[in-house]
Amino acid sequence: MTTGINVVDILQASTLIFAGVAATVVVLTRQPVSQAILISFYGLLLAIVFVLFQAPDVAFSQIVIGAVALPLMILLALAKIKKQEDESEK
Amino acid sequence: MTLFLGSAVALAILLACSFAALPPTGDYRGPYGDLVNAVTVPERNVTDTVTAVNFDIRGFDTLGEEFILFVSVMGVLLLLRPQGNEPRRRHEDREQGRPAVPISDAVRVTALLLLPVVVLFGIYVVTHGQLTPGGGFQGGVILATAPLFLYLAGEFGNFRKAVPRTLVHIAEAVGGGGYAAIGLACLGAGAAFLQNVLPLGSKGTILSGGTIPLINASVGLEVTGGLVLGLMVYLEETLELKEE
Repeated sequence: MTTGINVVDILQASTLIFAGVAATVVVLTRQPVSQAILISFYGLLLAIVFVLFQAPDVAFSQIVIGAVALPLMILLALAKIKKQEDESEK
Repeated sequence: MTLFLGSAVALAILLACSFAALPPTGDYRGPYGDLVNAVTVPERNVTDTVTAVNFDIRGFDTLGEEFILFVSVMGVLLLLRPQGNEPRRRHEDREQGRPAVPISDAVRVTALLLLPVVVLFGIYVVTHGQLTPGGGFQGGVILATAPLFLYLAGEFGNFRKAVPRTLVHIAEAVGGGGYAAIGLACLGAGAAFLQNVLPLGSKGTILSGGTIPLINASVGLEVTGGLVLGLMVYLEETLELKEE
């Protein structure tokens, strides 16, 4: 690196490590409902990574889709599946 | 477990090496980025380069992306349509077999206070797409989550009355078709498809960039309509159905 290590590099490295840890935690969680909430948190963390890498438009899209719309769709699909299972058991 | 740990460590090493080999922040090395940065302000009077590339310089690709969203929403609506032999049912807002939960006052007040803020913010992000980061797609998704506050504060009937289905269908169709119609209108004006033929306006105002604010507005309308429809259909599927 030409200008040495400055604060932004440290921030980038630390948020990348956080994002890696959060992704591993999402994969290792076994309950789909908990996974949906954790995916929302992971999406927010990824958006911070994008901001630190100077891509605010992408970060905006990541927040609205990965932290809001995706967990919503997952939870609604899970509720529908659970309802069908309950109905087929009756 | 050991397989997972071994491959996780290998992947972490690979990622760390590749991230360390990135050029330092702000040291861009390709020609296209510098060219686009040098061109957008004088040639289009637009200060958000990403929106200018999305809706003007590479506007044709974004047209395809919007139709991907349109078609996928259409697919969801087709899959979850009411079948011919199902009786018409009223949707009641509770889980199967559980007693109805009363809505707490804190949730109601917070949702009702946040609703106008979110609507205003969504409209701001859509209209200021050519000035600041944001644009039609991001603002459209923000606007699409606004009716959910009504559902949280009240019941599903409030959601359906606030965004009647026909209106949302029309909004989505007008937004999606409007993008293609702007391109065809540019053809009619004697230029290429989706070429920027409108007066460019002054830099820094909302109406700068020629066709860009129009395309921004139509994309925002389409994304809002599509996502509200998708959410409405999903919610109808999961709430308890009562016989009419």
